[in-house]
Amino acid sequence: MNLIELIKQPWPWYIAGPLIGLTVPALLILGNKSFGISSSLRHICAACMPANIPFFKYDWRKEAWNLFFVAGILLGGFIAAHLLANPEPIMVHPDLVASLAQYGITDYSNLVPVQLINWEALTTPRGFVMMVVGGFLVGFGTRYAGGCTSGHSIMGLSTLQWPSLIATICFMIGGFTMVNVILPYILAL
Amino acid sequence: MLQNPDATTEQQVAENTDFEVRSLDAMCVNESRIEHKWYDNLKYMVVGILFGIVFVKAEIVSWFRIQEMFKLQSFHMYGVIGSAVMVGAISVWLIKKFNIKTIDGEPITFHPKTFNKGQIIGGLLFGLGWGITGACPGPLFAQIGTGATAVIATLLSAIAGTWVYGLLREKLPH
Repeated sequence: MNLIELIKQPWPWYIAGPLIGLTVPALLILGNKSFGISSSLRHICAACMPANIPFFKYDWRKEAWNLFFVAGILLGGFIAAHLLANPEPIMVHPDLVASLAQYGITDYSNLVPVQLINWEALTTPRGFVMMVVGGFLVGFGTRYAGGCTSGHSIMGLSTLQWPSLIATICFMIGGFTMVNVILPYILAL
Repeated sequence: MLQNPDATTEQQVAENTDFEVRSLDAMCVNESRIEHKWYDNLKYMVVGILFGIVFVKAEIVSWFRIQEMFKLQSFHMYGVIGSAVMVGAISVWLIKKFNIKTIDGEPITFHPKTFNKGQIIGGLLFGLGWGITGACPGPLFAQIGTGATAVIATLLSAIAGTWVYGLLREKLPH
């Protein structure tokens, strides 16, 4: 198997995790930047619709690096999906396949479940909750918590911040509650 | 940095001196004293591209992987986050130990996060959203890049959520 074929395979955690961890020193050494992604959403608000809200009245241009960073993530996604794509369907746990099949989710061709998340679904109750309500909770919750998985769980834990540990534990409690308790009702909509 | 802050923005920043506001976020705290051209930011875009490729190739941006994580059906995400934190922590330790500077020779600074109730309430709300969308903010951008354009709706809603938080911020418990 040549290198390109190897790269096209799904990467194991012990390759991906350390590479993501290296983002922390990379951003620090390139320009003393703290790794964090959800702040970009705040900068977009500050740039596009500050509406005289104090929380958005700051010079977002000084944080433009963060917007370049997330634009890079988008481009990286494009490159990975178009030049380094794995042609095989995504492999998931058989128990998950069985439980999702009850809700008519059978398409594993994409990293995003196309039967749940698509433009036509946006006007259905299930699609609305999956995209609009879910997205709102992500944006509201991360800013309320002062960071997301990158800012708290990776940057915060790497610098041994105990508030970030609390935030990370709460992220996990929220996620476990949603997936195991609430989501079955949403998927049944 | 794109340009010198003009008088208006400097004044705006001066009005927004509430350091607590800034220290709640990983932003506006590390300010370079060196003037950079806009294209200096392209180096962060390169890091973002590499980061986005890892996100997609390791299927971290997959909704299915997040479901497996929260159903304890796979070790994958725990391995990713755990090893990322280990590498990050060792890197930060080395930077502090050897007093490593930025490529421009500036000192690297760290800012302690202060605890507030938002980390609990906001953390729980984000966790609920994460379980639905299967994506934290970073993967939203990567998913759109892979061609899942409907995720633009999720991202716009996340931006709206951030905006509503900013609007209600003074009324929320912290």
